[in-house]
Amino acid sequence: MRQAELTLKGSGATPLPMQNEHSITMGKRWMAPVLIASMAALGGCISVNAPDGPIVIELNINIRQEVIYRLAEDAGNTIEENADIF
Amino acid sequence: MNNNKPIRRFVLGMVAASLALGGLASAAYAQRDPAYEQARSSGRVGEKMDGYLGIVGAGSPELQRLVNDINIKRRAVYAEKAQAANATLEEYALTAGCLAIARTVPGEKYQAPDGSWQTRTSAPPLRDSRCPA
Repeated sequence: MRQAELTLKGSGATPLPMQNEHSITMGKRWMAPVLIASMAALGGCISVNAPDGPIVIELNINIRQEVIYRLAEDAGNTIEENADIF
Repeated sequence: MNNNKPIRRFVLGMVAASLALGGLASAAYAQRDPAYEQARSSGRVGEKMDGYLGIVGAGSPELQRLVNDINIKRRAVYAEKAQAANATLEEYALTAGCLAIARTVPGEKYQAPDGSWQTRTSAPPLRDSRCPA
């Protein structure tokens, strides 16, 4: 009775770490293609980007026009207040 | 009758205030120098896009002095107002140029976006696309 108990305990303990190891490797194998796919997708996004030169110029024009519109009322008053030099 | 008294006092106060403001305004808003007015109406000076006066055609030393004098005064006003409005001198001067060109009367000269001198007609002037309506 005592011997049977010992062998049962021994056999019961060995397969558990084996099973764990197996499940981890399966997870890694499944993750690898997903990681590669996402890296490829990111790489594609960066290469598609157009040169940002024209975009910067367009922004500059927009900001300046915005400034002119903001100053218009004030400048109109200035011209009226200084009618001798306008 | 009791209700009318404060209203009448308020109206009288407003009339007095507007009269005082009107007096101040007429004192501060001086008119153009006759020589400057004549140079404008005859088209010897014109409004530039950058907010300053320019000489159209061949000028004279006298006309150059008149234009320089006005432009120095304009620049001083632009600098002060631009600082108060948290803008740059160039931004403020360009805005004033837009408005000064819009305020020219038929017969006066102004600078078109291509840099050429134009004579103002009754039609709207040719202005920079960024100018406010």
